Amino acid sequence: MLRLLNIELQKIRHNKAAKVISIVYFVLITFIALIASIEFSFGSVNFRVADQGIFNFPFIWHFNSFMAAILKIFLAIVIVSMMSNEYSYRTLKQNLIDGLSKQEFVISKFLTVVLFAVISTVFLFIVSMILGLSFSDYTEIGIIFSDMEYLLAYFIKLVAFFSFCLFLGVLVKRSAFALGFLIIWFIFEKIVYGLLKWELFKGTNIADNLTQFFPLEAMSNLIKEPFSRLGAVQSAANQLGEGFTKSYDVEWHTILITLVWTALFVYWSYVILKRRDL
Amino acid sequence: MIRHTYNSTPKNQFVNTILTINNLTKKFGSITAVNNLSFSIEKGNVYGILGPNGSGKSTTLGIVLNVVNRTSGDFHWFDGSGTTHEALKKVGAIIERPNFYPYMTAAKNLELVCKIKGVASDKVHEKLDVVGLLDRKDSKFSTFSLGMKQRLAIASALLNDPEILILDEPTNGLDPQGIHQIREIIKKIASEGTTILLASHLLDEVEKVCTHVVILRKGESLYTGSVDGMNASHGFLTLRSQDMSALKGALEGNKAFGTIKTEGDSLIVYLNEPMDASEVNKMLTDKGIFLSHLVKRKESLEEQFLELTKNK
Repeated sequence: MLRLLNIELQKIRHNKAAKVISIVYFVLITFIALIASIEFSFGSVNFRVADQGIFNFPFIWHFNSFMAAILKIFLAIVIVSMMSNEYSYRTLKQNLIDGLSKQEFVISKFLTVVLFAVISTVFLFIVSMILGLSFSDYTEIGIIFSDMEYLLAYFIKLVAFFSFCLFLGVLVKRSAFALGFLIIWFIFEKIVYGLLKWELFKGTNIADNLTQFFPLEAMSNLIKEPFSRLGAVQSAANQLGEGFTKSYDVEWHTILITLVWTALFVYWSYVILKRRDL
Repeated sequence: MIRHTYNSTPKNQFVNTILTINNLTKKFGSITAVNNLSFSIEKGNVYGILGPNGSGKSTTLGIVLNVVNRTSGDFHWFDGSGTTHEALKKVGAIIERPNFYPYMTAAKNLELVCKIKGVASDKVHEKLDVVGLLDRKDSKFSTFSLGMKQRLAIASALLNDPEILILDEPTNGLDPQGIHQIREIIKKIASEGTTILLASHLLDEVEKVCTHVVILRKGESLYTGSVDGMNASHGFLTLRSQDMSALKGALEGNKAFGTIKTEGDSLIVYLNEPMDASEVNKMLTDKGIFLSHLVKRKESLEEQFLELTKNK
């Protein structure tokens, strides 16, 4: 295992573009802290975002993992290119000739993906902890460490998304086209959802029930948007008479769907590689 | 024609089979690239796979090197007990053109290969020295010329001190100096007793280093065996004399001589049995025919190859 990870890390470590994008990615995660400094005034009322409770424990776990997950597209570029580069440099062929099996090759890529997700999660934990301890109104241990499942969801979401990128890299072989395919797939899911929701099964929940099985939809369902959970939004809604009854929890069946997709993506990557003549 | 042979003694007494191929077939759609091919490679010999472009050389190597899937037939490395990718750790191979990570230095690229093959990275220095790239070890691969890339590929293939070195068109696209450098390296490696499998369509290249040949045409094997045994003939003579018709007459009666043909102002005579040039000279002198020109030689690999490939 370590040997495979070691092989893959050496490939990335010396790649300047991959390094720069990874650094940008982690710096951007720390920029979540900048949201705290957003201030604006309505006439005489001074509005400061940090005071709205977004950095309160345990809500901060939800908010930060949602925000940080948006940035995963940066690492996706690194992952897609680390796969497609093996094709364009023809080093995949050379690796196999040198004695790496196709299985080992896929495992080494997947381990790297998991490692990226682990580092991101740990990093997010540290950033959120610092932010929370600085701005949160509640700092009791019990409250700090509640709702930690959002971090788990974040981790699973990253692994699944990166596995999807890996699979696209294997399938399409060219990084630009693979990323393009990712965007097209995203749009495709949305169009299918729209058709189901507003045309075929109008007025029912069937569309939502079906689309939750789509890979990108399942990943995004893992961590639901946190904004409508904010105190200010909630009270505004209450004043308008629109109560929220939405569940923001991380649901186990969403985790299951995402894990199944992850396994499929990795397995399909292997199958494609096995069948293809290089 | 002088043929260099680098027949070294195997490291142990009994003959070891390195690669065995049985009835291997590969189809790309309707095209059959390799057709029912069988041969084996013994330790200590230098093999050439000959064949025109598109004869299935690279496909065959691709199959045994785990990058191309076979349609039918089988092959195994060594005694066939391990998996192909484990066996490949004991093989050094470069196919077609050098493939490395362009953003990494020569030394880093080789270190990566060491990790894949599971050998200590202290070999990197030694092998870079063998191919004369030590002074460029910290340059990025992308800055290398084609000749240097090819030499780096050879260094990489040697990292594990392989049981067999497989080279597919190693001098393709190189300038004369580059070709010369690569050949010198190959000869050096061969002289150290490493088994080599060299695929090429350049006959003189194979002729200069190989002891055995596998000749392919349209995916089929036409000949497998030693270079010397490729053709049963005993060589041929080129003769010239003042009186060509007398010369021809003297030769025609003798059953030691086969086909006789005139080429330019010389006579080409194929021998039916082993015969030394001096014997021929003596015999003709006895008959009062004096030669102005007498050369005995075997067919060059090119002539033998053309002979073999046109028969089918």
